[in-house]
Amino acid sequence: MIVNRKKLNLWERLYLPAVIGGFVVTIRHFFKKKVTMQYPEQRWVVPEGYRGAPYLVKDQEDRTKCVSCQLCEFVCPPKAIRITPPGPEGAADAGNVEKGPREFEINMLRCIFCGYCQEVCPEEAIFLMKDYSLNAQSRDELIFNKEKLLALGGVHNDKIQKWKTKADEARQQGLEP
Amino acid sequence: MSTNVKTETPPAPAPVEKIKVKVDGREVEVPKTMPDPMTGKPVPTTMIQACQAIKVDVPHYCYHPRLPVAGNCRMCLVEFGTPSLGPDRKPILNPDGSPKISKSPRPAIACATPISPGMEIYTNTPGVKLMREGVLEFLLINHPLDCPICDQAGECKLQEYSVDYGQTQSRFAEVKVHKPKRVELGPRIILDDERCILCTRCIRFTRDIVGDDALGIVNRGSFNTLTAYPGRVFDNNYTLNTVDLCPVGALTSKDFRFQMRVWFLKETKSLCTSCATGCNVIVGSREGRVYRYEPRENDAVNATWMCDYGRLNYRWIHSPDRLTRVILRTGGSESASDWKTALPQLAAKLKSAAPGSVAIIGSARQTTEELFLLGKLARHFQAVTDAPPRVGQADHLLLNADRNPNTNGTVFTGIAATPPGANLKKIADGIREGKIKSLIVFGEDVTRHGIGTDLLAKLDLLVVSDILPNATTKAAHYLLPGCAHVEKRGTFVNAKGRVQKFMKAVEAKGDARPEIEFLSELLQGVTGGTTPQSLEGLFNQMAGELPALQGVTWAALGDTGVTVQI
Repeated sequence: MIVNRKKLNLWERLYLPAVIGGFVVTIRHFFKKKVTMQYPEQRWVVPEGYRGAPYLVKDQEDRTKCVSCQLCEFVCPPKAIRITPPGPEGAADAGNVEKGPREFEINMLRCIFCGYCQEVCPEEAIFLMKDYSLNAQSRDELIFNKEKLLALGGVHNDKIQKWKTKADEARQQGLEP
Repeated sequence: MSTNVKTETPPAPAPVEKIKVKVDGREVEVPKTMPDPMTGKPVPTTMIQACQAIKVDVPHYCYHPRLPVAGNCRMCLVEFGTPSLGPDRKPILNPDGSPKISKSPRPAIACATPISPGMEIYTNTPGVKLMREGVLEFLLINHPLDCPICDQAGECKLQEYSVDYGQTQSRFAEVKVHKPKRVELGPRIILDDERCILCTRCIRFTRDIVGDDALGIVNRGSFNTLTAYPGRVFDNNYTLNTVDLCPVGALTSKDFRFQMRVWFLKETKSLCTSCATGCNVIVGSREGRVYRYEPRENDAVNATWMCDYGRLNYRWIHSPDRLTRVILRTGGSESASDWKTALPQLAAKLKSAAPGSVAIIGSARQTTEELFLLGKLARHFQAVTDAPPRVGQADHLLLNADRNPNTNGTVFTGIAATPPGANLKKIADGIREGKIKSLIVFGEDVTRHGIGTDLLAKLDLLVVSDILPNATTKAAHYLLPGCAHVEKRGTFVNAKGRVQKFMKAVEAKGDARPEIEFLSELLQGVTGGTTPQSLEGLFNQMAGELPALQGVTWAALGDTGVTVQI
């Protein structure tokens, strides 16, 4: 395609009006509300539903909600999640849940924050939180282990508490869950 | 009850009268009778067998082709019709000449209803779909739905059929009946009674196949509970088959419990190496680690079963003391080496050995191809050879007294003496007298077979290839690390002469290499001749040279093997 270059008229060729016009824009912004944020002293408040780093949560009774079903490990597109199942003895403190991860690692360098893990989790144990700025001195530091993920994830208020309900029902029927 | 496990291809049965039925409008011709899974006597063919003949899938839980029919799960309900007969006992015909079908007013369970000539079976009508949905809804009433912690998840029939016929929401508003969880039925089995759908497959298996009537159902109605007989432990040698049979996650293996989710496991067709029966197995592995063995169907060997002893005999593969380095020992000093240095050096040393001064001890745990190459080496040196026997207690079903997987391979290739083990004393005497100066040992600890460390110290050259360290590997001048059978390919010949192949599931650790690779190189270095590069080529060459394997080819072995005369 050939673009015909229009000849500049006299007013345009004068140059100065255009420069002054530019200054007018600058001066207008000078008196407007400032949009630049003083990062990192100032932090952006992320909107609701933002997909940040995935962390593990505990319920209000301090139970690690993850049961080591490994669906997130399976669904994770970049294979950032690695779970070590508990083995035949199960998790020692899991009670009637029987299972829990012996180790749970997320490689935050691999994670693409897609949210599949949260979506697939049948136990509501992993959530994409609001952290968007993960820094470290080495690659190893960005492989988060179970303790770190749980500490970062905090408590999720579980309204249903299905495992507790199951245990209570079994107790009412005279069984030790 | 051993009749069920056919270890030989049965003679061709007498021709059975065939009858024609229609499945979903497609005509199929099936035999009027089929052998009963338990007794082998002809019994009328059932609708589910007719459907299977034309590859129409009928959902089922309690039916299993190798167990007696129980007909209690009701999942296989289908609709059907039969040709209607007039008062003259002749079929009534439609105007177009086809027989008039009178549809049965009620459904029938396909697993236990015999077919009749002209019968029409309908498996995809709206009515059948409704029945399946209804049955499934009932089965799920008291099911705990704890799939996230259930080891069966991923290979669970209840999950699969729920996807096909399940409801998204339960209509059951009452409290579910809770039953005991984590019940230790036996040393290898943990039972979760809540998950049980009472199909009784496990009960029928242990009663009718194993002959150990250990399990039963107690209590009534929705309190039905599977349990072992009071005071008894479910501990026969075949208990883990009930875990495979269980269509849900009620019976779980203690060994595999909470180890790995099944969808991660790579399945490799392989063989069990724990005895001469050579049960076909599927090795489940992930990222170089073996997690479980499961039986693989082979009518000529193990039907669909395998014993617990063989199934659990895999932990040694990942033993931390596996031999992974080529090691040279000269005059008491030990040094790590590599294949490139060790093999030519060894070949040069062996080349100068005088005929008759070499003895070779192979192992009946080696593959036939390795034994064939060892045999070639033995012929070159006119060596005395043998393979020590390994004997245990046989049982009534599958476990063979011969605990070596490839005794017949050692016989075919001429490595084993007759009877196996007879030459071991001769070799010991030869070393003592100084006639035998070099000894090549593969996969056996000869100090347990009369050739003690004092005799090994007298040798000029001791070449040992093994997987795990033992007294013989500690004395070796050349230690060549080999592969476990899941780390390589090859064939075994079982006690009945069944030649079967197995595939590689995981990579070998460290410098360990499949034995046929370094044996070929060694043979080439010693004799100058070449051997085929591929395992397939080597097998075909072997089959051509060994009279016992005449006419067998690698391709003909298939997944289930070929029986040869022994």
